Amino acid sequence: MAETDYRKITLDGLWNNNPATVQILGLCPLLAVTGTVVNALGLGLATLVVLMGSNGAVSLIRAYVTDAVRLPAFVMIIAALVTVIEMLMRAFTFELYEILGIFIPLIVTNCTVLGRADAFASKNPVLPSLLDGFMMGAGFLVILVILGGMRELIGQGTLFDNMQLLLGPVASDWRLEVFSDYPGFLFAVLPPGAFIGLGLIIAGKNVIDRRLKAARKAKQADQPTTSRRVRTTGKVS
Amino acid sequence: MSLINAPSPHTSRHTDTGAVMRQVVYATLPGLAVLVWQFGLGSLLNVLWAVLVALTCEALFLRARGKPVAFYLKDWSAVVTAVLLGLALPSTAPWWLTLIGVGFAIVVAKQLYGGLGMNPFNPAMIGYVLLLISFPVAMTQWVAPGDAPAPADSLALFLGQTPADAFTGATPLDTFRTWAGDAEALAGRDILAGRLAGPGWEAVNLAFLLGGLYLLARRIITWQIPVAFLAGLALPALIAHQVDAARFAGPLFHLFSGGAMLGAFFIATDPVSAATSRLGRFIYALLIGLLIWVIRTFGGYPDAVAFAVLLLNLAAPFIDYYTQPRAYGHRKANKGANP
Repeated sequence: MAETDYRKITLDGLWNNNPATVQILGLCPLLAVTGTVVNALGLGLATLVVLMGSNGAVSLIRAYVTDAVRLPAFVMIIAALVTVIEMLMRAFTFELYEILGIFIPLIVTNCTVLGRADAFASKNPVLPSLLDGFMMGAGFLVILVILGGMRELIGQGTLFDNMQLLLGPVASDWRLEVFSDYPGFLFAVLPPGAFIGLGLIIAGKNVIDRRLKAARKAKQADQPTTSRRVRTTGKVS
Repeated sequence: MSLINAPSPHTSRHTDTGAVMRQVVYATLPGLAVLVWQFGLGSLLNVLWAVLVALTCEALFLRARGKPVAFYLKDWSAVVTAVLLGLALPSTAPWWLTLIGVGFAIVVAKQLYGGLGMNPFNPAMIGYVLLLISFPVAMTQWVAPGDAPAPADSLALFLGQTPADAFTGATPLDTFRTWAGDAEALAGRDILAGRLAGPGWEAVNLAFLLGGLYLLARRIITWQIPVAFLAGLALPALIAHQVDAARFAGPLFHLFSGGAMLGAFFIATDPVSAATSRLGRFIYALLIGLLIWVIRTFGGYPDAVAFAVLLLNLAAPFIDYYTQPRAYGHRKANKGANP
């Protein structure tokens, strides 16, 4: 394989091929648990760790697994990792574990994890695979946290409520009461709020992309064009 | 969904969208008058404020989308959406409730889908459902009929303050839901008070029926939707009422309470989100009526016009697909071909 482009892997994970806003994968946890920032952050971090671990492990065994059995093998690896994460969360962040409930075991079925294992890790060396897992996980995490923040702010009028469930007593007074005496906007907390919120985030990303493209085009147009002729036929001897 | 697929001959009437929409607004006036008479000035304030919010949101978003603002504002469709939503809100609604509902209806349910003619759902009902599930308490408080608050109190309620007196009471539909099956309790509460569907609400529904008949006479709407809507609501009510009168309210009660007439003549008839063929419209409205009866009788909410209309909006393209009228002479030619 040619030289690995680490910059491209990073940009792909965070922006150009973001699992949540471009690939639209892993919608089930994305929409279900983003009611508050702490839920989003907890699940996002768990997914990130699973993604890195599975990408690393799949990359290590990529030479030994035949095509026919690769998917079962990958799923076994992912399931083992998710079980580990689930046990860790039960041990250290029990209340958050209770809140997230079924969505922690369901990380196994998150298409992003299996998708990256099959599309990237099974064809690339360990280091780029780990980076890809980290960046894809980070891209997913960022969208989760933004959506969680939006829904918590609109739905309850607070930010960073209950952060101590994840980060320990340090974070117990992080709760921001943004609007005082807020009546609560149930719609944002319910599933339709998640769909509309994600739609707005995707629309926002597309607007930024279009602006960037227009700016790049304008920049190219400014440069003096030397010769626009392109050879279309074969070599002239 | 706005394609003409009624069978020929096609003749066109030279009226623009704005003229049709204005007729709809005029037709709601008797209903608005009775609402004000029965439930206080709040309904009028709601409608006026809703129109102001709708026009502002529409203008801002038309501008942002690079469309000619004045041209589209003149089609009056935003006003109709605002009036219908304002009429559906309780007269005690504070200003922010209307602002959120109308803003969401115009911006998300209409402009984000591409403006008038492109919205798959009835915008007014989207706004109503958004408010109903977000603020269930504020949305189900109705003034006891005939006990209308004074204009000053209506204004205070609109501005979000709570006046000293409490005005709210359960609507007949609420009461029936709570006590259904208990014949003695129902008789004691006397929700009908010897009338069609309880005082106040039947007058509101009669006024909307009057407005609807005006729309029919002016041929703004066709008969299929209102007739099928009311039949779909009344027939199951009649059958169930015959079986167990204490558990199931009679057809007249269903027809003249809640938003039945407003829904049948003004909301289900929205030409954009309804089915388009004649048979399709009939089926569409029949199912809306049936669904309203089912949700009113077995569901968690006392009234169901908005939910039923939105669900059938979703099914309208499907209904249209199976009720395409044949063009003249094509029945024979298509025999044996793919259906």
